[in-house]
Amino acid sequence: MSVVKIPTVLRPQVGGNKEVELAGATVGEVVDALTAAYPGLKSQLLTVDGELNRFVNVYVNGQDVRYLDGLATAIAERDEVRLLPAMAGGAKP
Amino acid sequence: MPRTYADLLREARAQIREVSPHDVDALPEGGATVIDVREDSEWEQGHLPGALHISKSYVEQQVESAVPDRDAPVVLYCAGGVRSLFAAQTLEALGYTNVASMSGGFQQWKSAGLPWDKPVVLSAEQKQRYSRHLLIPEIGSAGQARLLESKALIIGAGGLVSPAALYLAAAGVGTIGIVDFDVVDLSNLQRQILHTNDRIGERKVESARKTINALNPDVTVIPHEEMLVAENVDRIIAGYDVIIDGTDTFETRYLLNDAAVAKNIPVVHASVFRFEGQLTTFIPYEGPCYRCLYPTPPPPELAPGCSVAGVLGVVPGIMGMLQANEALKVLLGIGDTLSGRLVLFDALDTSFTELKLRRDPACPVCSTEAVAARAEGRPLPIPSFAAPAAEQPFVLGGPA
Repeated sequence: MSVVKIPTVLRPQVGGNKEVELAGATVGEVVDALTAAYPGLKSQLLTVDGELNRFVNVYVNGQDVRYLDGLATAIAERDEVRLLPAMAGGAKP
Repeated sequence: MPRTYADLLREARAQIREVSPHDVDALPEGGATVIDVREDSEWEQGHLPGALHISKSYVEQQVESAVPDRDAPVVLYCAGGVRSLFAAQTLEALGYTNVASMSGGFQQWKSAGLPWDKPVVLSAEQKQRYSRHLLIPEIGSAGQARLLESKALIIGAGGLVSPAALYLAAAGVGTIGIVDFDVVDLSNLQRQILHTNDRIGERKVESARKTINALNPDVTVIPHEEMLVAENVDRIIAGYDVIIDGTDTFETRYLLNDAAVAKNIPVVHASVFRFEGQLTTFIPYEGPCYRCLYPTPPPPELAPGCSVAGVLGVVPGIMGMLQANEALKVLLGIGDTLSGRLVLFDALDTSFTELKLRRDPACPVCSTEAVAARAEGRPLPIPSFAAPAAEQPFVLGGPA
């Protein structure tokens, strides 16, 4: 099982959880498991073609999967997968 | 029979190797540590480029921290080549093995027509104000002078920028430009510590100027009371050494990124959301730019601003102070910036997480191809800001 860290902005979609444990041998499998368990996330994470949205970065153990193997990046047991969308603020009104 | 000055000088000459000003000038960059052992008042009149200054009376106390390696080559000089001989004896007594004295000193250096620098001289008040900086070898009076001549531009006079501006001002960054077109609102004061209750309704740039100058009158505040847009961004950022990004919209952020990359100005970026913050430093062509990190903006529902989502006031405070720290390193040219690293801060856990960022070889703004295209006057097309809409709109709320 790998640990997927959920950013605050997506937590309402995963029952308020800060992290969830999911099985999967690749980033794609983990994302599939995540969106199967929480269907509301699918449109936020993936394009209609099933690719990762460019405004959500996915890191495995601190490395951007875009520079690894994308959705095919292998995941080992206890790896940390982090979803990170761009943040707006700025603390202006 | 007591020894005379002439005896001591003769002994020093016999003991210490002497080199000419031309020998010193011919040294490769970093070929030796050159130390000026004259008094402060002489140093302030001018010195060899790149020399350290340790007055002869402080040599014993200070040389070990300035030159930790006792086998490193060291050249000492004074005004005429005598005091440096005696100081060199002291170094040899301390175990330094490769010490030379520059014959003829600074006078001969100047008469040989070799280049020299005149340091910015701090006033007595500045020496006291910045004394804690002057004590740090990595800053010293040269670094402080560099800060006083530096120009930092802050975008937005809000929560991130408030502590950043205060610390940059306190540090003596000589010019601080502020881009903001808003007025102080009561709801700002929960985090925007540049402003005060009695300034509600006042223009933020003016409120910021008052706070900054009350803290440090050395600082020149340049108000840019306008919205950053494509038509003015090049004019506004021109001439600044570093930019602190405290913007709250993606349009402004991409606009700033593209202009700063083209002008080769580092941008210290931070953003906040409730209990979380993100921070990095974009140094053009050295590390990634904002478009490398996020090629397209998210749909608005996935990135609500603080006015919608809220923010714990201290979070922009912490991130803003880290921005000031990054900006000071950029200005001083010391340490390692966050270029290529993204730091996430979680206030609820008090945890910092570091992620590795890379340059996108296909970046439409900072890639080699993009630079070449700009140079030829045909910049690469940049994706429009229209963000793809999420199929199921994100509903903000829930536990946070």
